Amino acid sequence: MARKLSILVVVALVFGLLSGAAFAEQVRVGLVLSEGGLGDQSFNDAAFRGLLRAEQELGIYKSYVEPFDISEMEDHQRFFADAGMDLVIAIGFTHESAMYAVAEDYPDVRFAIVDTVVDMPNVASLVFEEHEGSFLVGVVAGLMTESDVVGFVGGMEVPLIRKFQVGFEEGVKYVNPNAQVLVGYVGDFNDPGRGKEMAISQSERGADIIYHAAGGTGLGVIEAASERGFYAIGVDSDQDHLAPGTVLTSMVKAVDLAVYEVIKSVVDGTYTAGVRSFGIADGGVGTSEFRFTKDVIPQSVLDAVADAKAKIIAGEIVVTDPTK
Amino acid sequence: MWDIIKLLLNTTVFAATLRMATPLMFTAIGGIYSERSGVVNIGLEGMMLIGAFAAVAVSYFTGSAWLGFLGAILAGALMGFIHGVASIKYRANQVVSGTAINIFAGGLTVYLQRLIFNMAGVSPAVPRINDVTIPLISKIPWIGPIIGKQNPLVYLALLTVVISHIVIFKTVWGLRLRSVGEHPRAADSVGINVYKTRYVAVTISGALAGAGGAYLSIAHLSRFVEGMTAGRGFIALAAVIFGKWNPLGALGASLFFGYADALQMRLQEIGIPTQLVQMLPYILTMIALAGFIGRAVAPKASGEPYVKEG
Repeated sequence: MARKLSILVVVALVFGLLSGAAFAEQVRVGLVLSEGGLGDQSFNDAAFRGLLRAEQELGIYKSYVEPFDISEMEDHQRFFADAGMDLVIAIGFTHESAMYAVAEDYPDVRFAIVDTVVDMPNVASLVFEEHEGSFLVGVVAGLMTESDVVGFVGGMEVPLIRKFQVGFEEGVKYVNPNAQVLVGYVGDFNDPGRGKEMAISQSERGADIIYHAAGGTGLGVIEAASERGFYAIGVDSDQDHLAPGTVLTSMVKAVDLAVYEVIKSVVDGTYTAGVRSFGIADGGVGTSEFRFTKDVIPQSVLDAVADAKAKIIAGEIVVTDPTK
Repeated sequence: MWDIIKLLLNTTVFAATLRMATPLMFTAIGGIYSERSGVVNIGLEGMMLIGAFAAVAVSYFTGSAWLGFLGAILAGALMGFIHGVASIKYRANQVVSGTAINIFAGGLTVYLQRLIFNMAGVSPAVPRINDVTIPLISKIPWIGPIIGKQNPLVYLALLTVVISHIVIFKTVWGLRLRSVGEHPRAADSVGINVYKTRYVAVTISGALAGAGGAYLSIAHLSRFVEGMTAGRGFIALAAVIFGKWNPLGALGASLFFGYADALQMRLQEIGIPTQLVQMLPYILTMIALAGFIGRAVAPKASGEPYVKEG
C-alpha cells in the first residue's frame, strides 16, 4: 500500500514537473529519502528541510519520494534520473550500491549522496566530519564532569561510529587530561533496552556524562540518564528536547545544510563531483544550541567550546579521523 | 583477576540480570504454554513487538501505564489467537505461521507508529510503570540492592513463573494441557477437547509475550523504538528449550541469559574486546545446550496439527 502510494505521489509530481518545466528554466531536483522516511526527527526530516529551503530561496522544482525498504532505492533513483532531473539526491549509506549502478547508466545526470562516498565522475558525496563535532561535545563533557569519568555508548563498532568515539575522547582529554572515558558498544542500533543497561553500567562505574552514537539504542542511554540523574549527550539531530535538562547538548549533523548547498551549487553552476566534507568551519557539524541547559552550563564552558571551534578551524587542533 | 571475581559477584550485576531477564521470563513462560499444548510458537518475537507497541499506544492515550500493560496483554493474546487459528483450525505449518507473525509485527508497528504518532523510528515518551522499593527487603545487605528496588513487572514475572509451574504440574487443566501436547489422540479419547485446550494455551502464550514486550517499552523504558525487541523472542524460545519446557527451568535459563548479558557489558569496560565479549551469552548457551543440561525432550506432539477422527 505504502509503496503504491509512493509511486502515485511520484507520478503526480512528475506530471507537475513536466508541465512546470515548459515555461521556466527551473532547476529540477529529485530527493530519495532513506527507508526511515519523513517524521524520523533526524536524517530524513533534516534532508527535507534542506530541500524546502532550496525551493523557497532558490526557486527550484522539487520532487521527493520515501522508499519503503532498501530494495527500492535503485528504482527510485532511476526513476528520477530517467525523468530528466538536473540533480538526484539520495539520503543515507543504504543508497550506496544502487547509486553506483544508476550513476553509471545516466552519466549526464548529476547525483549527490549523503553520509557515504560513491566514487563516480557524476556523484557528489556529502560527508561529515563527525570526529570534529564529537570533539566539541567532548570539550563540554570534559569540563562539566564532576567525577572525572565520562562514558561513550556506541551502536555497532564500525568505522563511522569509531569517528564519534575518537573525537569525543580527544575532546575530553584536551580540556581534562585526568578524565577517564568509558567506552561500550551495544552491538545493535535498535535496542534501547541494552543501551539503557550499558549506560547504567557506566554510571555505576562513576560516569556522570554519557555520549551516545547509537541511533535507537541511544534513546535508552537518555532514558537511563533521566532516571538515574546523570547527563546524556545526543547525536545526529538536536535531541535536547527528548529529556529537557538531562540532554546536555547534541552533536548535530547539518544534513539540511548539505542538501541545500549541493542544490545551490547546481543552481549556481558550480556543482562538482567528488567528496565534499562538512565540518565545523561551514557549520556541517557542531553542538546544539543548549536550549534547555543554558542555566547549568557556565559561560566558561561555552567559551572553551568556542575556543576549540576556532582552533579546529585554524588547524591548531587536528582531531584524529580513525577512518583515514 | 580479583577485579573480575569482584565483578562476577557484584550486586549491580545481579540487579541488571533481573532487569534483562524479565522480558525473557514472561515470553519463555508463554512459549511453554504453547509448546506444552503441541503448538510451536516461533512468533513470540512478533507478539512481543506488538505488545511493546500496544503498551505505548494505550499508555499514550489513557495516560495510564497499567492500562497500557493490559493493552499489551490483550494485543499479544489476539496475535496468539491468530496463530492458533492458522495452526489449529487451518493446520498451517506452525513455523511458517509464526514467521509470518514476526514479519507482520515488524511492518504493522512501523505503520501504526507513523499513523498514530506521525513519527518514524521512535514514539514520544509516555507514562511508564515506575520502580518500587520494598520496605524491609531493601534493607537486607547484598539481597536488598538486588531485589529490594525493582520494577513491579519484575516481581510479576517471577510470580508468573511460580503460578505457571503450579498450573502446569499441579492442576487438572495442566494435566490436560500436557496430555494434549504429548498424545492428542489419547487425550481426545478420554474426552479432552484438544482444539479448545490448544486455543487457550496459544492465546495465553501470546498474552505473556505481549507482557514481555510491554516490560521493554513501558517499564524498562518509556517509549517505543522500531524493532526494539531485538531478537529477545528467539532468546526466550531458546530459554524454553534450555529450561526443558519447565517454568522453573525457563526461569533459570532467563536469568542465565540476563546474567551473561549484564556481565558482557561490564567486561567490555575493563578492556576485553567487544566482539569477543558480545559472543559470550551465545557461547555459554551452546555449551549449556551441548552437555550441561542433558537431553532436552520436546512434547511429543509439538508442531503437529491434530485432526479429529470421525
